[in-house]
Amino acid sequence: MLRDITLGQYYQTESVIHKLDPRVKLLGTILFFISLFCFKNPVGYAIAIIFLAVVIFLSKVPFLYMIRGMKAIVVLMIITVLLNLFATKGDVVFSFWKISITKQGIIMAITIALRISLLIIGSSIMTLTTTPNHLTDGMEKGLRFLKVIKVPVHEIAMMMSIALRFIPILLEETDKIMKAQLARGADLESGNIFKRVKAMVPILVPLFISAFRRANDLAMAMEARCYHGGDGRTKMKPLKYQKRDAIAYIILFVYLAVSITLGRLWLFNIM
Amino acid sequence: MSLIVDHISYIYDQNSGIPTVGLEDVSLSVPDGQFIGVIGHTGSGKSTLMQHLNGLIKATSGTIYYNGEDIYEKGYDLKKLRSKVGLVFQYPEHQLFAETVFADVCYGPGNLGLSKKECELRAYDALRRVGFPEELIFTSPFDLSGGQKRRAAIAGVLAMKPEVLILDEPTAGLDPKGRDEVLGQIKKLQQEENLTVLLVSHSMEDVAKYVDRIIVMNHGKVFLDNTPEVVFSHYKELEEIGLSAPQVTYIMHELAEKGLNVRTDVSTIEEAADEIAAKIKDRMIQN
Repeated sequence: MLRDITLGQYYQTESVIHKLDPRVKLLGTILFFISLFCFKNPVGYAIAIIFLAVVIFLSKVPFLYMIRGMKAIVVLMIITVLLNLFATKGDVVFSFWKISITKQGIIMAITIALRISLLIIGSSIMTLTTTPNHLTDGMEKGLRFLKVIKVPVHEIAMMMSIALRFIPILLEETDKIMKAQLARGADLESGNIFKRVKAMVPILVPLFISAFRRANDLAMAMEARCYHGGDGRTKMKPLKYQKRDAIAYIILFVYLAVSITLGRLWLFNIM
Repeated sequence: MSLIVDHISYIYDQNSGIPTVGLEDVSLSVPDGQFIGVIGHTGSGKSTLMQHLNGLIKATSGTIYYNGEDIYEKGYDLKKLRSKVGLVFQYPEHQLFAETVFADVCYGPGNLGLSKKECELRAYDALRRVGFPEELIFTSPFDLSGGQKRRAAIAGVLAMKPEVLILDEPTAGLDPKGRDEVLGQIKKLQQEENLTVLLVSHSMEDVAKYVDRIIVMNHGKVFLDNTPEVVFSHYKELEEIGLSAPQVTYIMHELAEKGLNVRTDVSTIEEAADEIAAKIKDRMIQN
C-alpha cells in the first residue's frame, strides 16, 4: 500500500552516475538549483533540460519510474501555476468575468511549472542514484570544514542516516499494523474527516510505541559497541575522489558557465 | 468446505523494479473444524498465503471461495469476511493501543457495529477463553508480560467470533511454558467450539502434537499437504528445503535402522515412548 512512494528512494543499477562520489552529486544538485534561479530567458531552461536529460540517460534510471515519484506534488504544482496565472498583473490577453489572464501571468506560470519540475527531478536523480549511507557520508565529509565553527557535523550526519534508515522500516511497520487492524475490522476509508482521523488512532499509537522501542534498542546497541561520536572514528570505505569525479566537476562548471551566461543574455529575453 | 483456495498466484511489486513471485499456483481446501499446521522456511510464502485468506492481499490471479462465495467478486463484504476469518499476526501484541486490555479487545467487535453491551460481553468472553487473568482486565496493555500481551491480542481477534482462526507464529518469542500454554489453549478452543484453525510455524516440533494436517510451503508453492505422519516420512526432502521433522522421527528411524522393529510414523514424544516401550517389552518376552 505504502510502497508506491518513489520520491527519494534509491534505484539499484550500475551506471556512471551511481558510481560518482556523493560530494559531486550533492554539489552538482545545489549548483543545478542555483542555475535554475538565474535564468531570465528560455535558452537557459533549454540547456538545463538537455543537461538533465543527459544525466537521466547516463543514470539508467527509467524515466517513467522517476516521474511516478512526482505524483505526490501534482496538487502543489497545479495550485502554484493557477495562482501565478491569475494573480500576475500586466498586459491582459484574455478576460472573463472578474478573472483576467495576462501575458506576464502565462509566462510566469510556465516558468514556475518548469522550475518546480526541474527542481524535483534534479533532486530525485541524486537520491535515486545514491544510497542514503553514501549521501550522509558525502555530507559529512563535504561539510567537514564547518567543524571549525563547532558544528557537530558527524553527529548530524549520523542522525540523518539513522532517520533515513528508519523510513523503510517504519513504512513496513505501518503496513503491518494497518493490516493487523484491518483484520480486526478497522474501517480506514469511509466516513467524514473526523471519523477517519479517529480511525487512525489504533494505527498511530502502536506505530509510535514501536518507533520509540526501536530507537531505544538502537541506542542501547550503539552504546554496547562503544559508540561515542565522531572523534577518532575511521571508515571502512573512505570517500576518495577518482578521475571520473574530476571530469564530472569540469562538466558541471562548464554547464554552469554556459547556461547562466546564455540564460541571462539580453539577446534572448522575451519579457 | 468452508474455505477453498483456487489456483492463486501473487506477484510482489508488479509494476515497479524487480517483480518477485510471492505465491505460485496455490490450491487448498480447508474443511470445517480442522486444525492445520502451515510450515515453511522464512520467505516461503506462508504468511502471504494467510493474508490472502481474509482478503488483506488480493491475488494476482486465481480466486478464493468462502462458504461458496467468491471473495473477489464486486460488492463482496470484505469486512464481514474478516470477522469470519480471524487473523492473528506475528507479534500481535504490537497492535495493542487502547488504555485498557478490555477496551482493546472491544475494538474488534466494535468495528462490526455491535451494541456496546454485546461488545463487552464478547470481549469478556474472549479474554476468559484465552485464559487471561481476570484481575488484569482493566490494566494498561503496556504493563503486561509478553505472554499476557499475546493472549490479550489473540482475544482481540477471538472477540469477533471468527469461524476460521489463523495464527501467524503465535509462539514466536515465548518461552517453552508460554508456548505450550498458548498452543494448548488454541487446541482446546478448536475442539470445544469446532473452530477451524490454521497455525503458521516454522517448527515441526511445535505443530506435530496438535494438528490434523500439515501444509508445507516452499518458494511460494505447496510442497506437501498431508497428515503429520505422511509429511514426516518425507523427512529427507524436508531437510533439503531447510526444514526438519520432529526429533522423534529421527530417533525412530535410527532405531529401526539399528534393528529395533519400531513404527517410524509417530509424531509426538508420548507416542514414540509408548511405541519403544512396547517393542522392548515384546523383545524381552521373546528372549
